[in-house]
Amino acid sequence: MSEVIVITSGKGGVGKTTTTANVGAGLASLGQKVALIDTDIGLRNLDVVMGLENRIVYNLVDVIEGNCRIKQALIKDKRYPGLYLMPSAQTRDKNAVSPEQMRKLVNVLKESFDYILLDCPAGIEQGFKNAIAGADRAFVVTTPEVSAIRDADRIIGLLEANEIHRIELIVNRLRPDMIKRGDMMSVDDVVDILSIPLLGAIPDDECVVIATNQGEPLTGMNTSVSKIYTNICKRVLGENIPFTDLNYNRSLWNKMFFAFKHNYEGAQR
Amino acid sequence: MRLFHFLHKKSSSELAKDRLKLLLISDRVDCSTEVIEMIKNDMIKVISKYIEIDPEGVEVQITRTRSGSKNSVVPALFANIPIRNLRL
Repeated sequence: MSEVIVITSGKGGVGKTTTTANVGAGLASLGQKVALIDTDIGLRNLDVVMGLENRIVYNLVDVIEGNCRIKQALIKDKRYPGLYLMPSAQTRDKNAVSPEQMRKLVNVLKESFDYILLDCPAGIEQGFKNAIAGADRAFVVTTPEVSAIRDADRIIGLLEANEIHRIELIVNRLRPDMIKRGDMMSVDDVVDILSIPLLGAIPDDECVVIATNQGEPLTGMNTSVSKIYTNICKRVLGENIPFTDLNYNRSLWNKMFFAFKHNYEGAQR
Repeated sequence: MRLFHFLHKKSSSELAKDRLKLLLISDRVDCSTEVIEMIKNDMIKVISKYIEIDPEGVEVQITRTRSGSKNSVVPALFANIPIRNLRL
């Protein structure tokens, strides 16, 4: 049975495209047949993150308008058997596609792929409506910041309103050192606020930037983030994988220190 | 003293959490914190007719809960009303 997953966030720049590329590559390396669709018409990026920008001939809008067959617009990623990318159009705008056309397209793709991942544009306008039209599952990507979490909350509401009830959370760009200091919300804080199940927590790591520079997905590299992405993919497939702790809760010593300080302050007043 | 005062300050992540919680209450219901305040005051009025409650301790907020046949997430009105005396 194939699944259509939309990767969305509301706010831009939180890591939707990076997540799509790495989860896609990860699922493919676990033996799944995966199609990635960049639905950000006018601002395509998934192709560069994947390092496939030089191989584009046809795009999503060409398929929708009937200028080519679906197969012609699917770029095969030679590094992973079973991974394909349908790039977006760079010179068109979001109104070139309708939600109904997207739904039709993913239904055709469902026949030949196990997973179809839709990279959603930022915002809640036409592009978002197109991307979620054919989806039956959603990954909401956020960072531990007030603005990103607020937008994520809004997106969750909109997904629910559009009858998408399988919504999972990916918290990106965590800085364990800042969480430890109390200067960044922890994964638990974010999960607590958004009240949707957690799929993965990804630290802010240099190697993500390096991999993007090279146009290489992280899967298969020997980094801790690669392992985290692989675990996310396994959870997508339904495996029960425990989470790596990125919360760094206060140690007992710290707790004692804070209690002492609190009492001292109280006594002074 | 100043040093201790500085240390006792709320951490920025706690501040962010508090701000977010307030923000999301109004975002989720599409109504402002004033409307929530009005609901809260009316609830206090109605319940006070029958039970003695602590009006200062009443907490009203919009959260999420799972319900229905599909077990989907829906907004829920959550009220925490401390009772002082069950018999008036």
